[in-house]
Amino acid sequence: MDRIIQQFFNVEIMIAAWPMLLDGLGVTLLLCLAVIPLGLAGGLLAALGSLARSRWVRLPTIFFVDFFRAVPPLVLLIFIYAGLPFAGLRISPFTAVVIGFFLNNSAYYGEIFRAGIQSVGFGQTEAARSTGLTATQTLAHVVLPQAVRNVLPDLLSNTIEVVKLTSLASVVSLGELLHAADMARSVTYNASPIVLAALVYLILLWPFVRLVSRFGRGLGA
Amino acid sequence: MTQWERFLDTFFNAAVLAKYTPAILQGVWVTVWLSVLIVLAGIGLGVALAVIRSFGWRLASFAIVVFADVMRAVPPLVLILIVFFGLPNAGIFLSSFFVLFVVLALVLAAFAEEIVWAGITSVDKGQWEAARSTGLGFGQSLAFVVLPQALRMGIPPLTNRAIAITKMTALGTVIGVPDILNQATTAQSFSGNASPLMLAAVVYVALFLPLVILSRWLENRFAWRKA
Repeated sequence: MDRIIQQFFNVEIMIAAWPMLLDGLGVTLLLCLAVIPLGLAGGLLAALGSLARSRWVRLPTIFFVDFFRAVPPLVLLIFIYAGLPFAGLRISPFTAVVIGFFLNNSAYYGEIFRAGIQSVGFGQTEAARSTGLTATQTLAHVVLPQAVRNVLPDLLSNTIEVVKLTSLASVVSLGELLHAADMARSVTYNASPIVLAALVYLILLWPFVRLVSRFGRGLGA
Repeated sequence: MTQWERFLDTFFNAAVLAKYTPAILQGVWVTVWLSVLIVLAGIGLGVALAVIRSFGWRLASFAIVVFADVMRAVPPLVLILIVFFGLPNAGIFLSSFFVLFVVLALVLAAFAEEIVWAGITSVDKGQWEAARSTGLGFGQSLAFVVLPQALRMGIPPLTNRAIAITKMTALGTVIGVPDILNQATTAQSFSGNASPLMLAAVVYVALFLPLVILSRWLENRFAWRKA
């Protein structure tokens, strides 16, 4: 028991590692600030594309969405980070991570927005158009507000996944929270810094996880 | 070499591909085997936990909620690193394959529990009352009336979650599980060529694209949409 506490909950090591983890947390938050808005914007475009009337837009968009839902995010990250330099493209870890997550998240957010838009009855669009609103105005003022409200729980739960996914950036040595904790782990030969990182993620995300569960009640998840 | 030839040589080099395809195929076996184990154990445990929770024992329900919340809030890679690097120093030695299996199965169990529980609570109360009034016991009502409906409602989100978590078997690379991605990154560093990574990406798409399309179909087929 003592060994387990020494190995996982060593307070001295946690205190010593805290400043490093705080720097890492800053990078994680910065990454979220870049990746969440980009993913939402890309997802909205993907949703509109996969509902487009022209099949030249619709089919490639659906393929894009399914393709990036099929590739594991870590494979995508390593491909971009380690593969592209072979083709002569040198990019920073941060750029590689942002590009990878943009592609992955757009696909996931896209599916959610599509379900939301489809949940708004077509009569709404017809009614809006008949009052003289243009197609863009109808989308912005009538369809999207209702669509977003209908899929808010899914948007929230996907955003939690996005924040958790930023931990993969540690694999391509971007100095975010998990990377900082793992550096501290390898210096101290002790898992406590990673346990501390887990606690930080827990504190950060737990309220939202609770909220998702609350939404799920009676909605069939 | 023209640009195009250089591109082909970098990402589709036939000699490199021929040399490392067997290793990557071995990785496919590891990935598929792990995925099957994770899905069976994770969904099995998740359904069991949701059933236990429906009995309403306060202490058990509290423990299940805490477990599900923690597993859903902490990134899987963090859990994998804690277990893999922490336990040996505490005197417990587990293979990387086993660590990956246990962590991902527990994460899937947490999500499955929440999905099935949401299903159980969304079954109308009248269904319970009707079942009990015909003389079924609590356990029978749960097993024959409520749970089948809860599971049916849960099929689309469960499928999506199972796909998302089996894709995470690629995280095993970090702790040295010889899966597809691990074989590919090893081959890439030995050959100094990106073709193995390209092959790995193609293999993942070939494995998961049918599942993604299946989940799309299930969503249309099984969703009981309320207007």
